[in-house]
Parts: sequence; C-alpha cells; structure tokens
Amino acid sequence: MDDSKAIFLKDATVNAADGDQRAFINKALGGYYTNRDLQKARYRDWERARDAASMAKWSAVNDLANVLEKFVSNFERNGGVVHWARDAEEARVIILKIAEDVKAKAIVKSKCMTTEEIHLNDALEKAGYGVVESDLGEFIQQLRGEAPYHFVFPCMHVKREAISELFTKHLGTAPTDSPEELTMIARRHLRQLYIDADIGITGANFLVAETGQISITENEGNARLTAALPRIHIALSGIEKVVNHLDDLSVLLPMLATAGAGQPMTCYNTLYSGPRKKGECDGPEEFHLVLMDNARTRILADPEQRDSLHCIRCGACLNVCPIFKNIGGLAYGTTYQGPIGSVITPHLRGLKQWNHLSAASSLCGACTDACPVRIDLHHHLLRNRRNASKESPTLFDLAFHHGFTFVIKRPWLFALGGRIFRATLPLLQKLPLPYMGAWMKTRDLPKAPAQSFRDQWKNQNV
Amino acid sequence: MSDARSDIFARIREALKVKAPKPHLKGDGAPGKTSTVAKPWLPDGGETAEDSLTILAEQLAKLKAVLIRVPDHASAAKAVAELSVSKNWKKVAYHGHDLLRPVAAALTCENWEADASFDKQRLEGCDAGITTCESIVAQLGSILVSSTSSGGRALSILPHVHVVIAETSQVVPDLGAALALVKARHGTDMPSMLSFITGPSRTGDIERILVLGAHGPKELFLILVG
Amino acid sequence: MRVSLFVPCFVDQLTPKVGLATAKVLKRLGHDVEFRSAQTCCGQPSFNSGQWDVAREGAIRALSVFRGADVVVGPSGSCVAMMRNFYPELLKGTPHAAEADDLAARTFEFSEFLVKKLGVTDVGAKFAKKVTYHDGCHAMRELRLKEEPRQLLRAVRGLEFIEADEGETCCGFGGLFSAKFPMISTAMAQVKGGALARTGADYVVSSDPSCLLQIGGWLSREGKPILPLHIAEVLANDA
Ligand code: SF4
Repeated sequence: MDDSKAIFLKDATVNAADGDQRAFINKALGGYYTNRDLQKARYRDWERARDAASMAKWSAVNDLANVLEKFVSNFERNGGVVHWARDAEEARVIILKIAEDVKAKAIVKSKCMTTEEIHLNDALEKAGYGVVESDLGEFIQQLRGEAPYHFVFPCMHVKREAISELFTKHLGTAPTDSPEELTMIARRHLRQLYIDADIGITGANFLVAETGQISITENEGNARLTAALPRIHIALSGIEKVVNHLDDLSVLLPMLATAGAGQPMTCYNTLYSGPRKKGECDGPEEFHLVLMDNARTRILADPEQRDSLHCIRCGACLNVCPIFKNIGGLAYGTTYQGPIGSVITPHLRGLKQWNHLSAASSLCGACTDACPVRIDLHHHLLRNRRNASKESPTLFDLAFHHGFTFVIKRPWLFALGGRIFRATLPLLQKLPLPYMGAWMKTRDLPKAPAQSFRDQWKNQNV
Repeated sequence: MSDARSDIFARIREALKVKAPKPHLKGDGAPGKTSTVAKPWLPDGGETAEDSLTILAEQLAKLKAVLIRVPDHASAAKAVAELSVSKNWKKVAYHGHDLLRPVAAALTCENWEADASFDKQRLEGCDAGITTCESIVAQLGSILVSSTSSGGRALSILPHVHVVIAETSQVVPDLGAALALVKARHGTDMPSMLSFITGPSRTGDIERILVLGAHGPKELFLILVG
Repeated sequence: MRVSLFVPCFVDQLTPKVGLATAKVLKRLGHDVEFRSAQTCCGQPSFNSGQWDVAREGAIRALSVFRGADVVVGPSGSCVAMMRNFYPELLKGTPHAAEADDLAARTFEFSEFLVKKLGVTDVGAKFAKKVTYHDGCHAMRELRLKEEPRQLLRAVRGLEFIEADEGETCCGFGGLFSAKFPMISTAMAQVKGGALARTGADYVVSSDPSCLLQIGGWLSREGKPILPLHIAEVLANDA
C-alpha cells in the first residue's frame, strides 16, 4: 500500500473514533450553518446566482489562453512584473531570487494556499529569511508547526487553551481563555513585523483580465497590511484564477463569502493593479506576480473535470462534508482538504498515490450542492475512481467485480448464490471475510429471510 | 529550453483543443453582463435611493459598523470631534482632502495629514484614520476606498479606528453599480489599490468565535452627509 | 398502467418484504404489476468502485431486461439514480446511449412515481405510529426528491410525523464504502442514527433500503429503540 494511503487510513480511523474532537468541529461549524442560511435567504435566487458565478468562471477557464494573455498585458501596463512558473520548484526559485535581489531580511505573508502548495515557507527559511504568517489561523499553525486543517479556517480544530499555551510558550504572554484577548495578543505581536518587513507575500483570489487587477479576499486586514507596508509585494497565483471582467466580481465576491463563511461579503476585498503610483503616498515600490501552472494544465486537459479549475477556494464543500467533519482536515495529508482536495490532489500529485481520497466518500453530494460555482465534485470522485481502476487496477477489485458481474449476468446463478448466501449468512457474519468483517464490527445485518423476493413472487403469481 | 511562459501557453492551447461541457445550470445560462444577468437573483440593493439607504443602514448594523447621519459638513466635523473626545483619541491621521481638512481642524487632539508626509511608524501610533471613499454599496454594507480617495493604502487599515466621511449621493445600490462606477471614473488609470471594506476587521479563527479588530480597525464609523 | 417492478438485488435477497409492499401498493391503486425475473443487480457496486467496464455490461443487460416496459418503478432512490443518471453517463458514446436515455425517462423511484407521475398522495394507508424520515442522498440530490415521500407519509391515517436534526446529512452507507472505510462510515452512522433516535419516533422510514440497512444495522447494534422501515411498507399497511 502506498504511504499516503496507509497514513490516511490510520489517521482517518483514529479521528473518526474521536467523538470529542468531532463534536468540537461540529460545534465550531454550527454558527456557520446559521449565518450561511441567513445570508442565502437574502439572495432572491441563490440557485440562479450559482449559474451566473459558474458561467463567469467557465467562460474564463475555457478561454484561458486569451484571457490570461489579456490579463498579463493589462497587468504589465499597470507597472507590475509577471513571472511564469511551470511548477512548484520554478515558483520557489523565482521568489527566492526576488528576495535576494532586493536584499530582503524579513518577510511577512498573508494567507495563501498556493504558497502552501509549493512549501514556500520551508524554502524561504532554509535560505535564511525570517517568514511570518500574519493571518491569525496561519500564525497559530505556523507556531504549532502544523499544516492548515481547513484551507479557509486553518486552526478550527485547536481549542483556546492550546492556543493560550502556545502563545505563552512562544510569545511569553500570560495565559487567557478569551478568544478576544488571544486575538489581541497576535495583533500586538504582528504590528511591528508588518512595518519592519521588506517583502509582503500574498496570494490572489481573482485575476481580472479586463483591468489587469488582482483581487484578494480576507477578513482580518492582514493582507491589506502585507500589501501596504513592505517595499516589495509578491503575489503567487495559479493561472486558473482569471475572470474576464471586473463586473464578474459583482457575483463572485459576495457568493464566495456567503457560501464559504456565511458572510454577506468578506471584510476586505481588495483590488491591486500595480505598485505605488505616482502621486500615491505609500504602497510597495515593486509588485511581482508569479503565475504558476503546477499541474493545472493537466486538469485543464481533462474536459470532464476541467470545471474543478473554477474553484474559488471558498471552503463550502469542506464545511458540509461528512467525511471532512468526521476525519478532520489533517488526515487528508494534502494542501487542499475536503471534496475539492480529493478531486484535484490526484491530478496534482498522482492518481495512484491519491485515489484513496476519491474512494473515501459515500458520494452523498452535499459538496456539489454547496459549491457556488457548480463544480461537479462528487461525480468527479467517481471519475477519479474510474480512471484509477483503469490506470492501476488492483487484483482484488478486478476479481471481485468480474466475479460479481459474472453472477449478475446469470439470473439462475444469482438466485442460487443468493440462496446459499442467505442460508449461510449466520455463519458468514462470524467469519473475517473481506467487507463482511468490516461491516459486522459496528453494525448488524437483518435476519436473512427464508425466501427471496423472486421466489415469493413466483409462488404468489403461479 | 523554451521559456516557461511559452511552455505554459502551449500546454493551455493543447488542453483546450477539446471542449468542456457547460456546468449543469438551473436556468438557460444565456450570456450577458454578469451583474445585469444576475441582478434579479442577488441580494436586493434597493430600487430607489431611499430604499438603498434603508438597506445600507440594516447591513451596517449587522456588520457592527456605526452609521452616523448628519445634515451637513459642519455637523460631520462636529460628530468626529465628539467621537474623538468620547473615545479618548490622542492622535488622529487624516487624508489630505478639502472636505477632511475642516474636520481635522475641529479636532482638539493631535492630528496629522498622513499623505502629506507619510511615515508608517507614526501612522501605527495613531488611534484613528479619517478618509473619504469612492462609493458605498447598500446591498452589502461595503465601503469602497482607494489609494487615491483614502490617503494611500495604510491609512484605512493600520489605525485602530477608521472613520469614513461620505455623502449620501455616494451610495450605490449594489456591487455591480460600484464596479461600473470605478470603471467610469478611473478607466485604464486605476488607483493601485481599491478595497471594499465590509465592517470592522474580524476573525473567527479561534473556535469560530467572532472577534472584531483582528489586524485592521476594530471600529468602523461611516459618517454620511445629507 | 402496466408497471414493471425493479427490485434491487439486496432487497430481493435480504428484505423481500419491501418489494412485496411496493407491489401491493401499486396493485391497490389499480395498476398491473409485473416482475421480470431476468433482472438481478443494476451494477452500481462496480460502477462506484470505478469498474466501469464491467458495470457497463450490467447496464446493457438491464436495458434488455426492461426493454418494452411502459414504466419501471423501483423502491430505491439509489438504484433508480443509477439507471436514471448514471446509465446515460456510463453508456455515453456507445450504441446503447439512446436506449439508456429512453430507459432513464421511463424509470421512477417509488414515491416519485406515486406523487409526480400518478399525482397520488393518499394511498389509503393507516399506520398509527410515530415516524421520522431519512432522505437518502441519491433520492434527495440525484433525483431531487424531498417533498414527495413527506406528502405520502402525511396522508397516512394515524401517522405522527417528526422531522429529525441532521436532515440533509448522509447516513454513511455509500455501498462498498461502508465496508472499505468502516470507521468513517460508522462515525457517519453515529451522527445520523443519533439524530434519528433522538426524535423518539418508533420508526425511521426511508425510500432507500440501502440506507436502512446501514441505519438499522447501527441502531440495532447500539440497542436504540427505533426500527427501520421502508416507505412502501408504511404505505402498504391498510389495516
Ligand atoms: S470546490 Fe466549490 S465549494 Fe469547494 S472550495 Fe471550491 S468553490 Fe468552494
């Protein structure tokens, strides 16, 4: 078994059995459900609004070459510098080179999953730069030395007592159980760091082709500060983040906030078109944008799953996913957790090693219903399963399903098999058979009836 | 080796040779300007100016932003001066704008035209920042500031309190209208930063419990003239 | 109307009373009911496991079994979703595509058939018990059925209907998922089963016998005093 799968199975099993932690996650999400429903109720037609949001992304992604070209030419006209990275390694090299060129010492970052994807912090720290995550959740996860648990709510699994201890240990602050006070500790600690940093690194939620602006969504104001105070601004973005028109944001920004966090609008939605302009009093002297592929074109080349590039990383699919809620975000072992992570990780990191995430789903479809841009998430899990069984079938699966199909193609054999199955069920239940053993560990089966439906029907209708 | 840019574009062009189906839509997916097409489905921003003001007031209240309506600019200056006293502000930074200078002049505490001699360390020490704005979105309770309307990038985010002084005529019904106005006003010469501010800075990162004032302002006042 | 019954393979073998009840209700409403004994399994286990090639064989076979049937009615949201939504996907681009679309249009889930196709909500049933309902995900999200079973239950004489918390939460069955990832599946059963048990109802009713296998199996193991029952069994009860 591949490592990633073995680790997943172990972690998922342990976490699924941890009732306290599951209750904690459920409680933490409780407020989200209420607020989301309140906000959704303000939409006069949420379902049709989803149409508009998904079409805005669909039309950009399906014309990616042209839209990206237009974006880049407008962005460059505004005075920013564009860099291209085919993969994670190239992106890291570009960013390290910029840091070296500007003789940076301190770097402040705002939350950006794309930088997680390329493990940028490790690379920067290895090169000797001090890097601070400024988003509260990311800051806490950085101190914990742990990956984000949820790509929108990075430390939602950590209890306040643990955060207080963490701050006492690393920042020397007095213990407290008030979320408010804990937040203020981080606020005070980070203020000077923004001022002292040479480079601010952010992500981008949208690249607006028409105007050459990048749009960044956040609640805390840390991205605003990160892009305001340091003299260099570097943004890292996947190439799929484009939209055609500024006007598309009129739908995408509020829906991202409502679907993902139950807000009317995220607190700060900021458009950056370039470095400080003539006549402006502050802002960075240089603005670098790294546009990265890193397997996105591989997803693009799969027309069935191309829509997974519509993703605006709102997090709604995680929030409603029973798998996510029961195994937790860390068990995935991926940058992107939850349904969207299970869909795209096999494309980003290899189907053979990551198909188990697509298999670990009851296919309930809650994610697909929640997705504001209508990604066909749970059906893509099925498609990944299909592709995986073509690419690297397991002998057991082949034998099982060929055998099963052999039987169901022959009604007499099916009836006979059924009769034997029913007759021996009391015994079978006790044997450590594949599937049966796993079922019986926690659940009963109904008592097998003496006669099948087909037998009774025949007897009734003779 | 070919360069990364051409490689990526070649991959994209190759990938797009096969068409992808449209998403499963509820409606017919007829093309058109997004905000126009979606207007009847999105949250209401009001049909009349009066409706919009009502919706705006509701939204700001839910966001825990404070709306103060005043009849004229003199009263706006007076309202800010009162705030500065009741909140015990020691230092206030403001954007150098004709409408804001009289407001600053009415303050009894130390005040400073931040964009005239920008200094981030000094700004960090200010209790409040006073700015104008581009527009206000009734539908969502968002205030659009820009690096030109609001004294650069930091003034509206670094001080602990943000005060916006605007006129009722700046209120637009919805986000689509605000974005259209931005394009009409700035065309291809956009301010380097435009930011929709929707309530005071907030976080829910600790146990998903709402805390105001994560990194940006803890308090947001909108003083609406007229 | 002449109705061809589509009885899921595990209903045939494990819970035949669900099939019999389905037939009984349809007959009571005056329909001709047939059971084509050449049918076996719709192939969903293989389809969900990624084995689409063998699943396709099962699908093609099912097309021939139900060829010529006016309407096909099955007491399972999941198996009907397989025929309605996934056969067309599975057989897209093959010579069987048109027939798959045709069968999809003729196939109905039991409660859907009663309410949407026949326009019947009161089938003359009596059942003086407290009942809560579990929406199978396939019925709810693939077939978009939510109100239909509730309308049917509300018309049953004597029946007291209670909605449960976690209304749109999956029970964790997911076919072979329940045995491939037993701990995750069980955790999901705890969430769902717990909410259902808290209603204090006598029965948890569903249009999906596969969900009932999971929910019932967990409730029974945990000794909770609430029993699984298929909606057809409730509607068949007229005494
Ligand atoms: S897949 Fe959809 S729901 Fe999930 S994060 Fe992306 S946009 Fe949000």
